[in-house]
Amino acid sequence: MGGIGRSVTRLEDPPLLRGQGRFAADIRFPGELHMRVVRSPIAHGRIEQIDIADALDCPGVVAVWTGADVAEIPPIDFRQMRIPGLGDYRQPILAQGMVRYVGEPVALVIAETPYQAEDAAELVFADIEELEPVMTAVQPLGEFAPGLTTEAGVVRKSYGDLAAAFEAAAHVFELEFAIGRHTGVPMETRGAIGFWNAEQERLEMHGASKVPHANRLAIAKMLDLPPEQLHLFEGHVGGGFGIRGEVYPEDVLVCLAALRLRRPVKWIEDRKEHLLAANHSRDQHHRIRAAVDAQGVVLGLEDEFFVDQGGYVRTHASTVTDLTAGMLPGPYHIPAFAAAGHIRLTNKTPAGTYRAPGRYEGTFVRERLMDAIADRLGIDRVEIRRRNLIPAEAIPFKRGLDALGTEVVYDAADFAGLLAKLEASVDLPALRESLAARRAAGEQVGLGLAYFVEKSGLGPFDDVILSIAATGRVEIVTGAASVGQGVETVMAQVAASVLGVAHTDCTVVHGQTDRIARGMGAFASRVTVMTGAAVSMAAETLKDRLRARAALLLQADATGLVFEGGLIRAGEASVPLGEAAAACAAEDGTPLLTAEASFTTDHMTYPYGVHLAVLRVDAETFGMVVERFVVAFDVGRSVNPMLVEGQIHGGAAQGIGGALFEEFIYSADGQPLSASFADYLLPTLNEVPMVEALVLEDAPSPINPLGVKGAGEGGITAAGAAIAAAVEDALQGRVSITRLPITPGRLRILHLN
Amino acid sequence: MSEPKTTVRCTVNGQAVQADVVPRMSLADMLREEAGLTGTHLGCEHGVCGACTIIVNGAPVRSCLMFAVQAEGAEVRTVEGLADGETLSPLQRAFWEKHGLQCGFCTPGFLMLATWMLEQPEPVTEERLRHVLSSNLCRCTGYTNIVRAVTAAAKEMGKWAESAAA
Repeated sequence: MGGIGRSVTRLEDPPLLRGQGRFAADIRFPGELHMRVVRSPIAHGRIEQIDIADALDCPGVVAVWTGADVAEIPPIDFRQMRIPGLGDYRQPILAQGMVRYVGEPVALVIAETPYQAEDAAELVFADIEELEPVMTAVQPLGEFAPGLTTEAGVVRKSYGDLAAAFEAAAHVFELEFAIGRHTGVPMETRGAIGFWNAEQERLEMHGASKVPHANRLAIAKMLDLPPEQLHLFEGHVGGGFGIRGEVYPEDVLVCLAALRLRRPVKWIEDRKEHLLAANHSRDQHHRIRAAVDAQGVVLGLEDEFFVDQGGYVRTHASTVTDLTAGMLPGPYHIPAFAAAGHIRLTNKTPAGTYRAPGRYEGTFVRERLMDAIADRLGIDRVEIRRRNLIPAEAIPFKRGLDALGTEVVYDAADFAGLLAKLEASVDLPALRESLAARRAAGEQVGLGLAYFVEKSGLGPFDDVILSIAATGRVEIVTGAASVGQGVETVMAQVAASVLGVAHTDCTVVHGQTDRIARGMGAFASRVTVMTGAAVSMAAETLKDRLRARAALLLQADATGLVFEGGLIRAGEASVPLGEAAAACAAEDGTPLLTAEASFTTDHMTYPYGVHLAVLRVDAETFGMVVERFVVAFDVGRSVNPMLVEGQIHGGAAQGIGGALFEEFIYSADGQPLSASFADYLLPTLNEVPMVEALVLEDAPSPINPLGVKGAGEGGITAAGAAIAAAVEDALQGRVSITRLPITPGRLRILHLN
Repeated sequence: MSEPKTTVRCTVNGQAVQADVVPRMSLADMLREEAGLTGTHLGCEHGVCGACTIIVNGAPVRSCLMFAVQAEGAEVRTVEGLADGETLSPLQRAFWEKHGLQCGFCTPGFLMLATWMLEQPEPVTEERLRHVLSSNLCRCTGYTNIVRAVTAAAKEMGKWAESAAA
């Protein structure tokens, strides 16, 4: 009941539906103080002085700090994908002499109420000598600091003989593509509460998310605390999408303030701050060269790309650049490949990962190339893909690249098979015919299609502590985190499947560093794969013990026992699971029957799919309406198909946003022009059609016990590419789309030219 | 010097509420901080996202754009008042059954907006549903399952009307 494969309703929902969620802003401690961050109004400059006298005089103000007050705290370090040279570009928690983007924290005010803190913050005056900002990643390098240019590093990856590929080429394509600056924008802004727990003599941070265990170690190190004196607690999290939950300056500041003031200190970000201060993403410029044979088969691909990192290199270090390069060839054979990704500092908000980091960008580039080859050689855009796909018999396929420090091996795939299923599912010939008829009748309507390969299930490990009470209730403690995607339900379903209990009899604990020693958190579509595997292993361990014990209790043969409905059955006779568990626990001398399991892996698993968009362009306004959006996605095995579809729907809407609406725009002097929801346009229901999900389970992963692949990102990956293709099709080759987002204004200019 | 305060009296979900608030306090902040009703969420505080949507005197409002003092004498309804004890409203249940929420942060605003729509005399068509609900933002669901949930609730409540054929 409620096991793997069932679209059960979520365990998470009842409190959220009743308004009883516990998001960061809902957490309250007696005597709490409120922090407001003073941010730089200047994109690039040298701080002459900061006047805090007026702010200190304000009612309710307890403390005002500037960089000098936190100078001993080291800059925020990298969580993963450190490469040599990046360290000098890390961000301090308050600016130390220089400001490098509008929104950079330069001071903080702590007061009795949030209104008082905000009033006083407005009176902090930073006198900043303005310097020339660097506003693109493709302009000549500037100076970051004495002896340091604005290029922090270059990521290079390659395989095959590229020179030979170009020598053999019948056609050479040289193209440039750009992907706009956009990001996750969860509906809950960030928030953090630092609390000195005097009773337990420990510091606590509430409002944690994504990677609480990693952040615990990072913050403890920065504050020079033994890790056991700091614990992080995750409550409800209002969306993550990769951007929330990294260590940001504000997280460290509330902890430091709580430590120094010995009072709870709460910080809740406002939306303008969020758009100026939380990680941006994307914003890449690619210059590619492709060697192509007479039949349209790509023989070699070379890509030099530039990543607009913004003012500092944050926790992700080289992650996005690494993933862009390592995943760029996607589902195609492409025998030779070389990529060089330049990490360039600019005077914009620092960048990090956002759902399908590097793949949304790389997929746009690669799929646009496929369309360009098809168009120039007069080959059908679907056929060109078929000719280049890695054949099923070549799977498992060693890509010859690494990504996130792991060797890229496509573990299970039938790329052509999925494409054929999508074509059949939408009846592609008939769909194309109907669009042609509408175009003949004067409409500008077209279809675009793009292939993607995702990655998921990043290791190296996940631990689970699973216990069963005498009541039969199952508790699963994990080091994973929830960002609203349904972790509790899915883990409960995995345990329920093994133990033959209802998933509603399982409780899942996550994001609490005091409950489990280590954990990897929730990112990179890893939880269902990694934590799911660990849950199933722990449950299997207990099942073996329960089986042996039940065989004794029932005087039955252990091999014939069946676990179902919360009972262990031998024919007509049965014993409740909890009773058998209690008997085992008594043997152990523990109150609960408990097992721990750790799943480890050194390879990711690679789900894949195709996005298809049908789009109409208004003849006068050039406004674009997405009429239909279909995602075919092979996830290996669905633990909860309804939740997988939900991930696809949400990803697709974000992908449509990045393709048509969302962009952080800056003035030439570095002023952000997209600092409200009136300027940074999230798609509404008006802009998003009912997303159609074709979830396939044709290629289960052989490298984890459940066969699952992560479903969190494939909804977004190819959206920009598919929509660009649809716009070109709608306008029947009169424009060439090389840049996202495709706004009506840009499309009109392309069309006029 | 502390700011002068004004006393506001209103009803929230049928209960009398009285609070002494500074004149600039938003209604959302009053509900959250003074009445302890944290189900009303603040997603943007500039009236775009709709997470803070509540019903005041029978009309949906952005509680971040309304001052608490403007609610003097008003009848206010929030997400905490939707369920009847343990029993979820048909709309809440539909959100649960159709997976109309993921992180749940925008959910109270959507529930209140859709509750208002379903209480209006005119039937709910797909066009009207899309028009009304497009005033709120969700970042997780892509809206697809929100549409399914509200449609299911409208049908269950006898409020659904098929659109006239195009």
